[in-house]
Amino acid sequence: MESQRRFNDISFAEFLKERKLMGSRCTSCGELFVPPRPLCVKCAGTAMEWVELKGTGRLKAFTCISIGPSFMREEGFTREHPYCTGVVRLDEGPGMVGRIEGVDASDPAGILIGMPMQALYLDRGTGDEMVTYLAFTSAG
Amino acid sequence: MKRRRRLGRGVAIVGVGMSRFGMFRDRDSKDLFAEAFHNMMATVDKGADPNDIDALYVGNFSSDFFIHQAHWGPIVSDLLGHVPKPATRTEGACASSALALREGIFAIASGFYDMVLVGGVEEMSKRSTEEVAEGLALATVPYEGKAAFTFPGVFGAVATAYFAKHGASREDLFNVTIKSHSNAALNPRAQFGATLRSIMDAKRASLRKRGLPVPQWEDEREFLRDPAANPSVAWPMHLFDCCPISDGASCTLLVGEELAKNFSDTPLYVAGMGQGSGSGLHATDDLTTFRATKHAAEEAYGMAGLTPGDVQFAEVHDCFSIAELVHMEDLGFFGPGEAYKAVADGLTRLDGPKPINTSGGLKCKGHPVGATGVAQLVEVWEQLRGEAGDRQLPIKDLRIGAAHNLGGTGGTCTFTILERR
Repeated sequence: MESQRRFNDISFAEFLKERKLMGSRCTSCGELFVPPRPLCVKCAGTAMEWVELKGTGRLKAFTCISIGPSFMREEGFTREHPYCTGVVRLDEGPGMVGRIEGVDASDPAGILIGMPMQALYLDRGTGDEMVTYLAFTSAG
Repeated sequence: MKRRRRLGRGVAIVGVGMSRFGMFRDRDSKDLFAEAFHNMMATVDKGADPNDIDALYVGNFSSDFFIHQAHWGPIVSDLLGHVPKPATRTEGACASSALALREGIFAIASGFYDMVLVGGVEEMSKRSTEEVAEGLALATVPYEGKAAFTFPGVFGAVATAYFAKHGASREDLFNVTIKSHSNAALNPRAQFGATLRSIMDAKRASLRKRGLPVPQWEDEREFLRDPAANPSVAWPMHLFDCCPISDGASCTLLVGEELAKNFSDTPLYVAGMGQGSGSGLHATDDLTTFRATKHAAEEAYGMAGLTPGDVQFAEVHDCFSIAELVHMEDLGFFGPGEAYKAVADGLTRLDGPKPINTSGGLKCKGHPVGATGVAQLVEVWEQLRGEAGDRQLPIKDLRIGAAHNLGGTGGTCTFTILERR
């Protein structure tokens, strides 16, 4: 089934629902992309294959947000109760952004660049409306 | 296939203006654009006949979201009485009017038009702070939106990467904020035209009046460390690291270089210009540098035949304090990891060797996003023409100034070098 899915954000989101972090690899030069790309930006190749990533990596940059978008306010995040989001470099090489769980967003000094991270899948909404978001949690 | 960029025909700026920037309940985008236009026309030394304007280019990021109105090209054309002349809206997030400027420059350089009006407008304050954050986040890349990044959050992440790489800290960002406010106090156009000291005094007076405990901050740094006075927005970005929410408009008049002296005693000439694009945070190896800015700078310096050292002063897109630091490095004013030290040493102050954001920057002048790119030219114009009043740079033979504008999370960056001959 995987081979039939298009290399786009819709497929990426579907895989997240299945608890899979998937990228595309250029069959010409081997470059790996997360999220998947339909075109290789390294060698201009157009043939891609799906690759499942381990979901492990290290924290590259982060922020603790006090004024978030409405969907975060609806989850209860406020000026008094911030959340953390960041950039993670996956062990396979590519970087990805996602919310960072398992850390205290009101104590940023305790969040360290280079901390080991593990992918986590957050569901929002129910039924057909459900969307799964990629997040990471402190693996230490 | 690299060759030196050049314009087919030289382009001159013969007038620049802006509306007041601020949060206005009783003012709308048309009203603000009209003010910017009048303000601009008053700067054309020998006057210009608006009927000679051939076409209009208007930068606007997201009136679609902020006031539920798109398609600002013809609205501005109608406002100024230019229907049926061509009017085009450009969108490049917070660099929208810098893109309008480029289109205007290309239109004249091609020889197709002789005089074009370029401007920008944004009306943001009718929305709540939370809604504005959400509206601006439309210009992040899709994955960043899903990861609940806001704009302050993106630059917060850039700051943590910069701190980790270069050993800087939040305390180093204070120097940027203090400088911006001290410049803005000398700028009558600034939305927050006050030094931090006078803001501290005003806050103390207001607390005293309300019978509340009055904090005794020893200096600006202690004020900035106080979470009650300077709360976190997206750590390490705090309130005083962030530009305000602003309404405003800006406007400039471009003509073919050979026509410039018909309109202006001291026109400015486009010496160099560049634009670059960038990927999202996830696809960026080094978060402490913006490829789009580097590319824009390379194009502009190449076209002008100038180096970073030749630029005597610049407006640098400081939507957040950290942005000023990383972009000064990307523009080549300082080496990687050197900008925070340069600011601490006073090198970027009004009386320093490389004055940056003499206007007070976006932080204090205000940042109505679609208007910012052209509004930055107001400062370059006034400084190069010796009209900057109390903040006039003491540099002898001031001749070269520049403006750097960023859109999105670095998705669009421009750099424009202007010259007084």
